[in-house]
Amino acid sequence: MKLRQILVPMAAIVIFGLVWEMLVWANGWPDYVMASPSDLPPAYAQYWELFLVMGWQTLWRTVVGLVLAIVFGVLLGMIMGFSKLMRDALYPLLVGFNAIPKATVVPIVALLFVGEHNFNTILIAFMISFFPIAVSVSIGLSTLEPEYRDILRSLGASQTTIFWKIALPKTLPEFFGALKVAVTLAFIGTNLMEIVSPHGRGLGALFDSGKTNSDYPLMFAVLIALALMGILLYYVVVALEKIFAGWAERTPSH
Amino acid sequence: MSENLIEIRGVRHAYQTKDGPLPVLDGLELKVPEGGFAAVVGPSGCGKSTLTRLVAGLMKPDAGEVWLHGELVKGPKSTVGMAFQNPVLLEWRTILQNVILPLEIVPTKMSKRKKEDRARKLLSLVGLEGFEDKRPSELSGGMRQRASLCRSIVHKPEVLILDEPFGALDAFTREDLWQTMHKVKSEEPFTGVLITHDLRESIFLADQVVVLSGRPARTQYVMDVHLTAERDIEQLYTSESAEALNILRRQIQIAQGRSGVEEAAS
Repeated sequence: MKLRQILVPMAAIVIFGLVWEMLVWANGWPDYVMASPSDLPPAYAQYWELFLVMGWQTLWRTVVGLVLAIVFGVLLGMIMGFSKLMRDALYPLLVGFNAIPKATVVPIVALLFVGEHNFNTILIAFMISFFPIAVSVSIGLSTLEPEYRDILRSLGASQTTIFWKIALPKTLPEFFGALKVAVTLAFIGTNLMEIVSPHGRGLGALFDSGKTNSDYPLMFAVLIALALMGILLYYVVVALEKIFAGWAERTPSH
Repeated sequence: MSENLIEIRGVRHAYQTKDGPLPVLDGLELKVPEGGFAAVVGPSGCGKSTLTRLVAGLMKPDAGEVWLHGELVKGPKSTVGMAFQNPVLLEWRTILQNVILPLEIVPTKMSKRKKEDRARKLLSLVGLEGFEDKRPSELSGGMRQRASLCRSIVHKPEVLILDEPFGALDAFTREDLWQTMHKVKSEEPFTGVLITHDLRESIFLADQVVVLSGRPARTQYVMDVHLTAERDIEQLYTSESAEALNILRRQIQIAQGRSGVEEAAS
């Protein structure tokens, strides 16, 4: 069972790579149209040091942005989840903010805090990823059945106790669902900033330099590296979910 | 001070709605002596659940008083235990941890070990021995309700409020739980109020049946039940029980506002 869980996705990735290679080969595409998987190992071999350094830059900034998004998103979700007034007040604002394409915010942020690469990148990663977290937490809290509250309130429990004992754990499955979406969004945010800002850092900047130098295999190599990091972080979230919200997973009844 | 453990005097309450105040309780009287068990029956939507929230101190009536053990109820007190139609077990806790929950909230000097022992004892009393470490999702509806019952009495509340606890169960499971209820009452005495739609349940479990009128509800009729302490489902099929059920049924019809004509037709 365990082995199968690893082998099946691996096989899918291998098949995906083969189909990609076949497509490029069959169409006779040159690498500036579409690089093939076989172009990637030379690119990694040539720039492996850059990949390590810049990959790390992208990773830590994404994670910091994500952590901020979790803290802020959960707080905002709590405020909206517990207060109908705040929910009514903040929802339109939040939806409007989320509807703004973050690519348009990038130059504004870059001009606002000139030269603060780390800060700007983290800010965009944060801005793009807190929304699903805030919404899911607020929905989780506001849809808490009144009986759950009554059980504890009738015992004289405080609001804080009700939050820690019931509201928080009950919202965890929704929270992790949103976090899985937020992880990939945060990567998009980080790379938007890295690509756009001049003299940027991280894999986004590496992608940009590949573009400038017409090094197409490098550009594709960056995309694949980003995908791998996204998968890595996603499974970190899945592992955390198993630990903290594993109870929500229903085993099919026989 | 009063002789009764639960005493509700002239309670009136109305909910504020878009179309103005909606009175649900008007002149509600209820007296339950220590160790007594009152069943409250009445037409749908007549404010029975409001009554439970009043006794639990979760809300205040517009007028009238609720007294528990000679004290005016002003807010939630840990001397109350509650169970609902929905067992509301916490999915992320095991059955044992679910039963322990109230002991984590009410002030107590019990050690962790003692709390667990107490919960285990109750679980075996209701027939859930061996299910302590299961999750609620692994249990049937009846078993979940048994666990919910354990949770409602684990902190030895003075008053137990049961709001249609067996309403969602099938008839056979329900009768099983009635028997369990009697076992629990003899081992872990409590003073209780049972809200129910089931007249047979009311006379089988309670020693006093209170019929509420339609909305706004007032106390319309009170019947003392004289079944022997050792109750058996068969007692529900005696002529005395049939007569009591008939009286209650008629009272419900009056409460629903359809007496007389239909009565004559049936």
